[in-house]
Amino acid sequence: MKLKSLLMGATMLACMGPAALAETITIATVNNGDMIRMQGLTDDFTAKTGIDVEWVTLEENVLRQRVTTDISTKGGQFDIMTIGMYETPIWAKNDWLVALNDLPDSYDVNDILPAMRGGLSVDGTLYAAPFYGESSMIMYRTDLMEKAGLTMPDAPTWDFVADAARKMTDKGNEIYGVCLRGKAGWGENMAFLTAMSNSFGARWFDMDWNAQFDSDAWKKTLTFYLDLMNDAGPPGAANNGFNENLALFQQGKCGMWIDATVAASFVTNPKDSTVADKVGFALAPDAGLGKRGNWLWAWALAIPAGTQKEESAKKFIEWATSKDYLALVASKEGWANVPPGSRTSLYENPEYQKVPFAKMTLESINSADPTNPTVDPVPYIGVQFVAIPEFAGIATQVGQEFSAALAGQQTAEQALEKAQALTNEEMEAAGYK
Amino acid sequence: MARAVSTRKKTFYTIAAWAVGLIIFFPILWIFLTSFKTEAEAISDPPSFLFFDWTTENYGVVQERSNYVRFLWNSVILSLGSTVIGLIVAVPAAWAMAFVPGKRTKDVLMWMLSTKMLPAVGVLYPIVLIARYFGIYDSYLLLITVLMLINLPIIVWMLYTYFKEIPVDILEAARMDGATLRDEIIHVLTPMAIPGIASTLLLNVILAWNEAFWTLNLTTVNAAPLTAFIASYSSPEGLFYAKLSAASTMAIAPILILGWFSQKQLVRGLTFGAVK
Amino acid sequence: MATQHSRSAARFMISPAVILLLGWMLVPLIMTLYFSFLDYRPLRGIFDCCVGLENYSRFMGSSSFWDSVTTTLSMVGGILAITLVLGVLLSLLLDQPIWGQGIVRILVIAPFFVMPTVSALVWKNMFMNPVNGLLAYLWKFMGLQPIDWLSEMPLFSIIVIVSWQWLPFATLILLTAIQSLDSEQIEAAEMDGAGSLSRFVYIIMPHLARAITVVILIQTIFLLSIFAEIFVTTGGAFGTRTLTYLIYQRIIESQNIGLGSAGGIFAVILANILAIFLMRIVGKNLDA
Repeated sequence: MKLKSLLMGATMLACMGPAALAETITIATVNNGDMIRMQGLTDDFTAKTGIDVEWVTLEENVLRQRVTTDISTKGGQFDIMTIGMYETPIWAKNDWLVALNDLPDSYDVNDILPAMRGGLSVDGTLYAAPFYGESSMIMYRTDLMEKAGLTMPDAPTWDFVADAARKMTDKGNEIYGVCLRGKAGWGENMAFLTAMSNSFGARWFDMDWNAQFDSDAWKKTLTFYLDLMNDAGPPGAANNGFNENLALFQQGKCGMWIDATVAASFVTNPKDSTVADKVGFALAPDAGLGKRGNWLWAWALAIPAGTQKEESAKKFIEWATSKDYLALVASKEGWANVPPGSRTSLYENPEYQKVPFAKMTLESINSADPTNPTVDPVPYIGVQFVAIPEFAGIATQVGQEFSAALAGQQTAEQALEKAQALTNEEMEAAGYK
Repeated sequence: MARAVSTRKKTFYTIAAWAVGLIIFFPILWIFLTSFKTEAEAISDPPSFLFFDWTTENYGVVQERSNYVRFLWNSVILSLGSTVIGLIVAVPAAWAMAFVPGKRTKDVLMWMLSTKMLPAVGVLYPIVLIARYFGIYDSYLLLITVLMLINLPIIVWMLYTYFKEIPVDILEAARMDGATLRDEIIHVLTPMAIPGIASTLLLNVILAWNEAFWTLNLTTVNAAPLTAFIASYSSPEGLFYAKLSAASTMAIAPILILGWFSQKQLVRGLTFGAVK
Repeated sequence: MATQHSRSAARFMISPAVILLLGWMLVPLIMTLYFSFLDYRPLRGIFDCCVGLENYSRFMGSSSFWDSVTTTLSMVGGILAITLVLGVLLSLLLDQPIWGQGIVRILVIAPFFVMPTVSALVWKNMFMNPVNGLLAYLWKFMGLQPIDWLSEMPLFSIIVIVSWQWLPFATLILLTAIQSLDSEQIEAAEMDGAGSLSRFVYIIMPHLARAITVVILIQTIFLLSIFAEIFVTTGGAFGTRTLTYLIYQRIIESQNIGLGSAGGIFAVILANILAIFLMRIVGKNLDA
């Protein structure tokens, strides 16, 4: 008995000892460049606050699997989770996240871009702080565009893009006019295709939650995409996601690439990109219906409810998403490598305005409207996603059908038919109808 | 015994075997080579084989970003721990099955194997909830237990088939001499069983080392092994072949080296009763 | 022969393993069974008892279910076929007198030590990628159009990747079996003028029957739960969605634990049917 209490005392001391000296918080994050940079700068945070940080850096799909399981079982493994604009409102509604409504004045919460703040809030309360935000835009090769005898307007149409892509394509020399996402997944090809379909006047659901894949607008979207990719896309496009296309573009194999605005800093970075000085930017295309095919996304830091280290976690979020952090990165790595798309003040900074893609990124972000994403009215929020819990599962299955169509295993009609059936089936089972 | 073989035949077989061996080994060699290239070199067209500027910068980047030693240490603890505890549980069971077979021995053995067919993802939530209930998430205790349990059937099976080949007469002779059960195990059985136990140990260390579902889903920091280390290098933004190769080399090198040095021991007991 | 005493001792020695495995099997299984009768969707905050057999009928009723069963069977079958055929040939080759046998054997067993995630990542990105992959260069070098492996022949590609990992295992077991073959028997057959083909068919193959059944049994157990290779390469697209992967999608991606658990129960049943089937064959072979 004595021994036991002694042991217990020792254990408690061992547990409390370090906690009294320095608390350690555990942060789950995705292995994107900006986060890895943040990880490298952790010492600055520890020096300022005395709080230690353990990083769990995982590939995006694995990260999602881990944090979702953890939060839905209240596993309590993380003090901060890196989540997106899709998860935030759903989790917040379940009371799974700590509200970030008591941030100090110095943090200047009003400085956060309104689009980002809106997407990460529920009923006006912020639940996750944007680490970086993005929309999508066209990145194109100025030299190839010139060679094709064309000039890229700031706000092109899909017809122009398709025409330019076909003219730039030179398969013999492994130049492909356009690289687009084809890899199945709600955050991969479906992010692109859903945003694209918005500009073609399509939508996921009508006001009564009926799937709309049988509409002409979706048929037009998918056939346009498939025809374009078959004529001017790279081989193996059905397995290309963001990373694969980035690699192709950096190698100089793509004429145009429509994807996340954060990619701009990678393709213009001469260290990794062979075409760093030949990249131009333009808004995502439209089809004359008043909506552009660009999305809106933010990687944000959120605190799961129930963590014992809420105060320390808040301190970290204040540090990582502050203006000072942006200045810190700029002083170490240059303005082009600052995490973009989160703060208004960044875009007002004359130093940052010199970055070639700053203006187009801001314009793209501002032109996306999650509350009013489509031409026809919809019952949901979200540009390239539908902010309901069932969406990820459904969209990944739909994405697999579309990806199979791109791989030539089925026609656009067959893919849409299956998508329509499975979406309606899932929605019915989920109790929407 | 010695069949006379012409040198010509031997040359032919040697060339064929080496060719096949190199083809099979090539992907691993390629990972190793790529890990010393720059990212640009890694995707150069045409691919460079040996003549490129060898650089260790990828290892530097990986080392700077993650605490490789901790992941490695956890891998060692988990794979060894689960295997040793598995052996402690399995040796008596396999011994009993092999030497005192009952009517249902075979059924029990088969049933044990069938537990390995539970789809891991199907029981993920139950296990996570149990782990949370006992507060042992991300601990050696949990991971060693889970890894031990998923490999236990294989351990029992391997030992059983090996023990069965040990002639019973020897045991009976020992029993005649008045040896107790303990003596039997310690002095008679163990020396004969060592090769089988050694190869069982090796095989299961390998299996536990490479297990990537539970080790990824039940760990965060404290018990995270090399499989979690790899998950932070798979498909990040930008070019990553060289860094992925460096991380992969670091993840597989320890077990590969162990495997190579112990392959004789591994092979000796790896029969699963396939040899009569 | 065995005394009452040793019997009870034996029972005592077996029991830890049996109890542990029983616990490991029953506790999660009962929980899964329980979940499968619930409407359990954590993202909606729903945890409702009880929906009867609804989850089962939905899981069975969707067209993806039967597709996934066929995919699972063809994937496992394909991998078994490749590893067995190549494994027999390779072990015959390695049994021949060669210079540097030890090194060749090391080269051949190396893939077995590679983590499935690593091997899938490397095959996908560095070999099968149609633009930057090594196979694409090889094809271009030969003047052919590079193949887009993972979307043109996705199932075959995954079978190749997994076979590469498991070929060493099959080869090793088969090789040990071949080496145990009485060489006098072969010599006698040679004397009798039996050609190498008939030697193979009448002497070597029957001798290998046990080893082959063992390889089938052990590999099937592991192959039924293939996950990392699919997760990393196709993510279940292009008809590579196995039953395990389908359950993963239901539970993790759709966060419908009830539905996924029903799928899990099906997978257990399927695995046990296969197991009984296999055990019959193996059991018979091992008794002999």
